[in-house]
Amino acid sequence: MIEVENLTKFYGNFQALKGISFTVEKGEILGFLGPNGAGKTTTMRILTCYFPATAGRARVAGFDVFEDAIEVRKRIGYLPENVPLYRDMTAEEYLRFVAGIKGVPSREITKRVERVMDDCGITHMRKKLIGELSKGYRQRVGLAQALVNDPEVLILDEPTIGLDPKQIIDIRRLIRDLAGRRTVILSTHILPEVSMTCQRVIIINDGRLVAMDTTKNLTARLQGNYRLIVKVEGPREAVIETLKKIKGIESVEPAGDGKNGGVTELVLNMDKRMDVRRDIPVAIVNNGWGLLEMKPIEMSLEDIFVKLVTKE
Amino acid sequence: MRNILLVFKKEVKSYFSSPVAYVVIAMFLIITGYLFYGLFAYFSTISFQAQIDPALARQARLLNITESVIRPLFGIISMIILIMTPLLTMRLFSEEKKTGTIELLLTYPITDLQVIVGKFFACMFVLLVMLVLSFIFPGLVIYFGEPEIGPIVSGYMGLILLGASFVSFGIFASSLTENQIIAATISFGVLFLFWMLGLSIPFVGPALGKFIDYISITHHLESFAKGVIDTEDIIYYTVFTLLFLFLTLRTLESHRWRG
Ligand SMILES: Nc1ncnc2c1ncn2[C@@H]1O[C@H](COP(=O)(O)OP(=O)(O)O)[C@@H](O)[C@H]1O
Ligand SMILES: [Mg+2]
Repeated sequence: MIEVENLTKFYGNFQALKGISFTVEKGEILGFLGPNGAGKTTTMRILTCYFPATAGRARVAGFDVFEDAIEVRKRIGYLPENVPLYRDMTAEEYLRFVAGIKGVPSREITKRVERVMDDCGITHMRKKLIGELSKGYRQRVGLAQALVNDPEVLILDEPTIGLDPKQIIDIRRLIRDLAGRRTVILSTHILPEVSMTCQRVIIINDGRLVAMDTTKNLTARLQGNYRLIVKVEGPREAVIETLKKIKGIESVEPAGDGKNGGVTELVLNMDKRMDVRRDIPVAIVNNGWGLLEMKPIEMSLEDIFVKLVTKE
Repeated sequence: MRNILLVFKKEVKSYFSSPVAYVVIAMFLIITGYLFYGLFAYFSTISFQAQIDPALARQARLLNITESVIRPLFGIISMIILIMTPLLTMRLFSEEKKTGTIELLLTYPITDLQVIVGKFFACMFVLLVMLVLSFIFPGLVIYFGEPEIGPIVSGYMGLILLGASFVSFGIFASSLTENQIIAATISFGVLFLFWMLGLSIPFVGPALGKFIDYISITHHLESFAKGVIDTEDIIYYTVFTLLFLFLTLRTLESHRWRG
């Protein structure tokens, strides 16, 4: 549904996107994860034909975003980052305006607008000026305008930013309910958001794609303490050699600065299927060394994220 | 076409749902009314005196109501329009840029040109409302005196064309900046310069003088106010209007390329 190939964007001399490629299948909800300034908004603005890329190609529903901008725009519902809406219009007026511009036939406008107001839970706010609505309701109006032409593709840029926790939960649920058979790209810099709403995740940092995986795989990595940190009082080389021999330990990485007066600090990567927590102290004590500490490293999505992002 | 109409309706609604249009229209009518009263009162005094002073009675120009009331009235109205249009045009793009709404507008299936044209006609609509209301003043003249109708009709035509070029330039200025005050200042300043150009004619050479006379906005209004509809004047205003609408289009495009 969405194909992005080697997308590059310069703002003057500053390169915001350094060649990003990915595809999104029809009906998929893709999380677009990255810290502030990673290039999420820039990518989305190119996909929504707000501005062209400096180089590279992007196609939405088979149409090139540059060559066939109008065709692409007809098929997209876009919610920009700060939800810029006309404050001097009422929610209903605004939605009717957008429905018209998005090519909803005149006689269907009323029906469509009623429908999205109902879906987004803003029917009782229809006569209010958008400028008078709370942030949460404005977000809903923003979603409603994105959905009003029943688009195939939804592009949502940080849809929960600036909301309070309850509103965040509501909006996430709304997005999941409304996604339906649509293809959705949702950007965020909050990790749990991705695991809650998306099937697949792309992580970008500094204009580059650093990881692409299913949410399932990413969260699977969280489960179980498959990494241990150990502190051993003993000679570094010998300790590493000994531990490597234990079945079930896949690799041993030195940790800490190594200047800890005879104490060796190591991170052990382990096969999840084998529990070797008993074998480690035995091996160490048998060698006459002291086991000072042994604890599991809980890899959270945050850790994965930080690791991926700081790898370079 | 439908898109243009939608933008047009939205903008007109927005003008009339805020005090902007009302304040601008009211100020326009008050100032025009005051100056019209001055012209009219002066004319009545002169005509009255002419009845007892035969020397004065021989000055036909002063006693012609078209010459001494209607024609200066068009000059006055055009001047006030010059002051008022920047206030109407300043928000058209600046505000959208400042609040970010332009991002959504320009990602809807609508072309930049449709947006510009819709906004242009919305502003022209407010201007037309102003001009229609200002018809009270020549209307009074028609009621009390016997002015020539021709110059009134052509004068209004001239005002509409002149207004269109003011609006077009104002929209262009608004597309340049997200600051409404700057947009208004640019459009007022530049339009005023065009206006004042005529005054410099006596001080420059004849060749340059002729050129300046041609590009000066006022020069082209004068013949309309005299009842003369010259294609050259129509072309001047049309080209002026189209030129700045085109430059607005280019500005929007270049903003896109720069991001
Ligand atoms: N209009 C612009 N002009 C110059 N630099 C910009 C512009 N927009 C964004 N940037 C820069 O490009 C980088 C990526 O921005 P953005 O795509 O907004 O990131 P994100 O949405 O992931 O936070 C940032 O470093 C930002 O400062
Ligand atoms: Mg962003």
